[in-house]
Amino acid sequence: MIALSDYLVVSAVLFTIGIAGIILNRKNIITLLMSIELMLLAVNTNFIAFSRFLEDPVGQVFVFFILTVAAAEAAIGLAILLLVFRNRRSIDVEELDSMQG
Amino acid sequence: MTIVQLIFYGCSVMLIGSALMVITSKNSVKSVMFLILTFFFAACIWMLLESEFLAILLVLVYVGAVMVLFLFVVMMIDIDFAAMRQGFTKYLPVGLVIAAGLLYALFTVLGSEAFGPGAFSIPDARPADYSSVTELGMLLYTKYFYPFEIAAMILMVAMIAAISLAFRGKRKGTKSQNIGEQVLVKKADRLRIIKMPSEKSASEETNS
Amino acid sequence: MENLYLWIALAPMIGAIIAGLFGKQIGKTGAHLATIAGVGFSTVASMMVLKYLVVDGGEAYNASVYTWAIVGDLKLEVGFLIDNLTAMMMVVVTFVSLMVHIYTIGYMKDDPGYQRFFCYISLFTFAMLMLVMSNNFLQLFFGWEAVGLVSYLLIGFWYKKDTAIYANLKAFMVNRVGDFGFLLGIAGVLYFFESLDYATVFGKVEAFVATNPTFDVIAGSEWSAMTAICICLFIGAMGKSAQVPLHVWLPDSMEGPTPISALIHAATMVTAGVFMVARMSPLFEYSETALAFILVIGATTALFMGFLGLVQNDIKRVIAYSTLSQLGYMVVALGSSAYAAGVFHLMTHAFFKALLFLAAGSVIIGMHHVQDMRKMGGLHKYMPITWITSLIGSLALIGTPFFSGYYSKDVVILAAGHADLGMASTYAYYAVLSGVFITALYSFRLFFMVFHGNERFDDHTREHLKESPWVVTLPLILLAIPSVVIAWFTTGDMLFGNFFDGVITVLPQHDVLKEISAEWHGPVSFGLHAISSLPFYLALAGVVTAWFLYVKRPDIPAMLESKFKWLHTLFVNKYYFDDFNQTVFADGTVKIGKQLWKQGDEKLIDGLMVNGTAKSVGVLASMLRNIQTGQLSTYAFAMIIGLVGFLGWLLYSNM
Repeated sequence: MIALSDYLVVSAVLFTIGIAGIILNRKNIITLLMSIELMLLAVNTNFIAFSRFLEDPVGQVFVFFILTVAAAEAAIGLAILLLVFRNRRSIDVEELDSMQG
Repeated sequence: MTIVQLIFYGCSVMLIGSALMVITSKNSVKSVMFLILTFFFAACIWMLLESEFLAILLVLVYVGAVMVLFLFVVMMIDIDFAAMRQGFTKYLPVGLVIAAGLLYALFTVLGSEAFGPGAFSIPDARPADYSSVTELGMLLYTKYFYPFEIAAMILMVAMIAAISLAFRGKRKGTKSQNIGEQVLVKKADRLRIIKMPSEKSASEETNS
Repeated sequence: MENLYLWIALAPMIGAIIAGLFGKQIGKTGAHLATIAGVGFSTVASMMVLKYLVVDGGEAYNASVYTWAIVGDLKLEVGFLIDNLTAMMMVVVTFVSLMVHIYTIGYMKDDPGYQRFFCYISLFTFAMLMLVMSNNFLQLFFGWEAVGLVSYLLIGFWYKKDTAIYANLKAFMVNRVGDFGFLLGIAGVLYFFESLDYATVFGKVEAFVATNPTFDVIAGSEWSAMTAICICLFIGAMGKSAQVPLHVWLPDSMEGPTPISALIHAATMVTAGVFMVARMSPLFEYSETALAFILVIGATTALFMGFLGLVQNDIKRVIAYSTLSQLGYMVVALGSSAYAAGVFHLMTHAFFKALLFLAAGSVIIGMHHVQDMRKMGGLHKYMPITWITSLIGSLALIGTPFFSGYYSKDVVILAAGHADLGMASTYAYYAVLSGVFITALYSFRLFFMVFHGNERFDDHTREHLKESPWVVTLPLILLAIPSVVIAWFTTGDMLFGNFFDGVITVLPQHDVLKEISAEWHGPVSFGLHAISSLPFYLALAGVVTAWFLYVKRPDIPAMLESKFKWLHTLFVNKYYFDDFNQTVFADGTVKIGKQLWKQGDEKLIDGLMVNGTAKSVGVLASMLRNIQTGQLSTYAFAMIIGLVGFLGWLLYSNM
């Protein structure tokens, strides 16, 4: 039926899309955050797939925790985004360059 | 093609499609919407993998809370969408190359025989009374209780952090509570006992 | 006796130190007294040593006085080798030096650098004595360099004069070229014989040559080691004794005061080369190529430098070219393996050439430092002693029978005739023979132009014209005596006797002096023998021609000059040696230096290496700076690239 490799390929593609989203977007911090969510989703899928095929529920426990932490991180990320917007009136990634070398 | 396969391939294609739309949408609100769609399809796939609890959790918690939060923020921030699209094509070639490289590497490993049906045999379907919630709970509240508690702490810390970051202080003209004051209240601040002679009520007057 | 040798060398040095360091305190008189005392002591002591060795039959002395350093197996020492040759040289050097010291009292009377001069000439005497008394190559080289240094100091004595500075630098540079060859020779000796000590080296020579050693000079061309060493050593002699082409410094050295021209550039320093070759006779005998080379160089110098003496107008320059020519004679004698004759001519020449120079100096004093012969004439009336001594010196120089110059010169010519080195010796013989005519011509040209003929100077000069003081004329007389008589006593022993036995080695097949000795029957008969020899007639012809051209018909030289303009120009320009050296070597070096400065130093080292390094740091930094854009996406991108890279590498290595 559906082998493990199929699920892994799907999550791989999702992960790559997430990375591409980080690289390619330059103008939008929100897209950045969403790409991170995509990557986390891919990882979660991976865990679930392995948990199923190795018949070990530990994978699901781990997904549980990842979900928790991802939620926390999304919240704080958005709070920071809000502050950035308040201070600079723009969410352009390229404008955050005051640490320029 | 069995029904399972159909569902799987269909969900996968839609999943990947909507993920692509997430990163290529011009409108941020549309991006968030597509992300929600992506999560829905992911939940479908997770169901196929017989972890219903987590699939529902994904929809309820993740989509229901986190994505809504995203939507709130997107709408709260007044973004000028038109000005935003210029930088995309500048990095497209490099980005595509890197992505392709990564994809190739991942395919080679993950799509290979090491993870194929030979190495990892497809497990039997579970009995009808199998409850993944029970399985999860059994592990979570015994072996992984400590991380569980810490996860709770993390959530609380995130909450405090988010509030402290975004809270701008009390605005003029709005009412709010000051818990410290409330707790320090004494009976004397709130209650004032006035000794009054009892007044003859009108009925008493008419009665006497 | 051993202590005496050390004091002979040290006495002039002590005099030099006193005059040099305390010159101001002790004043002029003190300076000359101190130095003359030192040199006088050395002169007397040298004569005693000579007497001890020759008359009393004393042993030659060869010992080390002081070990300076020991490098592995090599001992670097200060040592003395006192044998007949050394003793003879010591007497010549110290005697002429003493004469010059006394002469200087009169000549440099008014010069502000009086004490400095005495210090230098005493220092020179010390250096020359160390050179002749040495028993190893290192001390020889020390003396060699030291006399070169003092010569430099003395030529540029009047250091405010441009020409003097040019001349002293030229002398030092040309000497240096010779010294380079000399050092190569010494290095060769050290390499092949593993010792710098004369006795050790000379002892090993026969065995060494028997193995027929060669070495690669340039890759592929093998040279006999002996020839290479000898030629290199001779190059040193060429520099010091002013042989062609390293002769260019000697005429310019006349910029120095006349006393030093007499001392250094006539009698002693320039003869150091001749002395050295004679001392190294055990080495030179084993290389016929080197001997032929020496012959050719010497003959060329003897003849062609003589020509140049004919067109000079400065009195000292004429005598300078005469010195060059006579040095050529000495070298020809050396090349013919008649080392004794070469050294003998060195000795006689020292006396009469020093005499001629000092006489010229006396004339210069009388003429108030005018040196141009065209402004002189008829001086015999005013300076009789100078006139007579000049005549004696000139007669000795041209080889008049019974004067000492005759004995030495004729033996040189005979030796060149008897030498058996093919084309080289034939060429040498005809060169030295023709040289006799030229020598007589220019010597008496000088004599007649200065002392006879019409007076070509003005009345003001005539008023001041008088004989020089006794401090000047006494050395002239004292030098004139040996110029006449010394050969009578010494020729027999030195040339044909056993004076140089054990000192100078001559292989039987080269022994020309032995062949000549068959004709020697004593000084008187040899003198009378002149009538039947060609050189006598050539000399006579030269004198007569000079008289004719410069006394009888002074207009003819001018006519000859205009007729043979090209020849005259060639001579006046000294065969263009100076121009060649200036353009090729001097200017060439300046050009190369400039190019090295512009291209090498400025562009390459400063621009590329120093500034370039700094600039490249800047360039690299500005490239690296782009990594730190401050933008999150760039950093994330970088991380991802790294990640992909690592994955790819992992994959590739496990493929």
